[in-house]
Amino acid sequence: MKVIRPLLTKIPKIPRPDVKNRAIKISENAIKKTQTANRFFLEVGEFGLFLWLTIKALFSRHFEFKEFLRQCFLVGNKTLPLISLTGVVIGLVLTIQSRPILAEFGAVSLLPGMVAVSIIREMGPVVTGLICCGKIGSGMGAELGSMKVSEQIDAMEVSSTNPMRFLVVPRVLAATFMIPILVLYADALGILGSWAGANLKGDVTFILFFTQAFNSISFSDFIPAVIKTFFFGAAIGLVGCFKGYTAGRGTASVGKAANQSVVLASVFVIIIDLIAVQITDVLQ
Amino acid sequence: MKTDNRISPEHASRPAASTVIEINELCKSFGKLQVLRNLSLQLFENENLILLGKSGSGKSVLIKCIVRLLIPDSGSITFLGKNVMDLNSEELAEMRVKIGFLFQSGALYDSMTIRENLEFPLVRIKKHLTRQEVNEKVEESLENVGLLDSINKMPSQLSGGMRKRASLARTIVVDPMVMLYDEPTTGLDPVTSNEISELINRVQHKYKTSSIIITHDIECARATADRLIMLKEGQAYMEGSIEEFEQTSDELVESYFKSQNKP
Repeated sequence: MKVIRPLLTKIPKIPRPDVKNRAIKISENAIKKTQTANRFFLEVGEFGLFLWLTIKALFSRHFEFKEFLRQCFLVGNKTLPLISLTGVVIGLVLTIQSRPILAEFGAVSLLPGMVAVSIIREMGPVVTGLICCGKIGSGMGAELGSMKVSEQIDAMEVSSTNPMRFLVVPRVLAATFMIPILVLYADALGILGSWAGANLKGDVTFILFFTQAFNSISFSDFIPAVIKTFFFGAAIGLVGCFKGYTAGRGTASVGKAANQSVVLASVFVIIIDLIAVQITDVLQ
Repeated sequence: MKTDNRISPEHASRPAASTVIEINELCKSFGKLQVLRNLSLQLFENENLILLGKSGSGKSVLIKCIVRLLIPDSGSITFLGKNVMDLNSEELAEMRVKIGFLFQSGALYDSMTIRENLEFPLVRIKKHLTRQEVNEKVEESLENVGLLDSINKMPSQLSGGMRKRASLARTIVVDPMVMLYDEPTTGLDPVTSNEISELINRVQHKYKTSSIIITHDIECARATADRLIMLKEGQAYMEGSIEEFEQTSDELVESYFKSQNKP
C-alpha cells in the first residue's frame, strides 16, 4: 500500500469530456443540415408546383400568341450574334486541334466527318444550350425578378390576368422551340468554321468538304441530338421563369435570381444531356 | 372620435346595404411578426376611407389581403356580401375586376407603352369591346388624368407623378367599383401630390367609387378623406373625421399631424 499510494496520486487527472457543449454543437449542426435539406425539398416542391401551374396555364383556353411570337423573336434575335460566333469558333478550333493528330495517322480525309459528327451530336447542342442558359435563362430570371420586385406581377394578378399565362407560358414555349433552331444554326456554322479551319493548312473545296461531312452523318446522329435540344429549351425557360417568378422583394434578389437561373439551367442541361446520351446509347 | 376598432355610431347607423367591404377580426403574421391583430373595419359606398399609421402598422398588408394577394391567418373579409376567402378562381377574378389597385410604385409594365399598359387589362377583361371602343376607352382614361399627350411613351420616359397618373388611368380604364390606393402621393413634390389628391376626388365623383387610401401625407388626407382610421400595431387605434383627428389631444395622433405640419 505504501508503494502504490504515491503512484496513484501521481496519475494525471483525465479531463472530463465536455458532453454538454459537444451535444449542443452536434444538435446545432444537425439543425443546420436539416434546414438546408428542408430548403432543398421546399424548392423542389415549389418547382414542381410551378411546373404544374405552367402546364395548367399552357392548356387553358386563352393562349397569348402575340406574346409568344415576341418572345420567339427576342430569344432568337438576341442570341443570334453570340451563337454565330460560337458556332464558327467551335468548328474552327476542333479542326485546327484535330488535324495534326489525324495527320499523324494519315487520316486527314476523315477530318470533315469526324468534326461534323462531334458538332452535331454533342458540341453544337451542349455549347449552344449552355450559352442560352447564360443569355436567355439569366435574361428571363432578371426580367421576371425585376417585375416581381416592382410589383408588376402583382398588378397583373389584381387586374384578373393570369401572370403564368402571359409571362411564363410564352417564354417557356419560345425557349423550347427556338433553342433547337439555334442549335441547328450553330451546327451549320460550326461545319462552315471547320471548312475554314481545314483551308488554313490545306486546300479543300467547299463541295468536297461538305460531301465528306454529310456522308458521315446519319439520322441516328441527327435526330436524338435535335430531340434533346427541345428539353434543353424547356428546362432553360422553366428555370429562368421559376427563379424570376419566385424572386424575393429586394433589388439584390433580381441579381440572385439571374445568377441562380444560369447555374441551375446549366446543371439541368448537363443532366439532360447525360440522360439523352444514355438513352441514345441503349437504343442504338 | 373613437379609440377602439369598432365603427363609430355615425357610420354604423348607415344602412347595411351600403357596406362595400367589411373586415372582421383580421389577423396576419409573417413568421413571428404579427402585422394585423384582430382588425375590423368597414368601407361604405361612395366614401373615401383614409388609413393612417406608421410604417409597419399593417396598412399595405390589409389592402393586399382584400384582393387576396396575401392570405390572412384568421378573420374574414367580405366584399359585397361574399367572403373573399371562399371565392374560387373564377369568382376571385370577377371580384378583382371590380377592384382597382394603385400600387405605391405605380407598377406600370415597363416593356409596354402607356397605351399598351392601359389596353392590357382592358382587352382581357372586356373582351366584347371593338378596337375602336378600346381606343376610345384608353384615350378617355388618359384624358381624365391629363396624360393623353404621353400615350405612346414608355414608362421610363415619364416622371414619378406622371407614372402615378398613368397607373391610375390603367386602374380606372376597367371601371372599378372600389379603389385601393397604396400611398398614392409618396415620393412626389407637394404640387404633384395635390394634383393626385384632386384626381382621387375626381375619380370618386366621376366613377362613383368607394376608396381605401393608404397615406402618410396629411395634405392628401385633408383633401380626400370622408373618414379616417389610424392603425397602430395592426389594430384600429382611432377613427373619425379629419376635423376630429386635428382637434384630438391624443399624443400619437397629435405627434403624427404635428410632424407633417412643420415648415
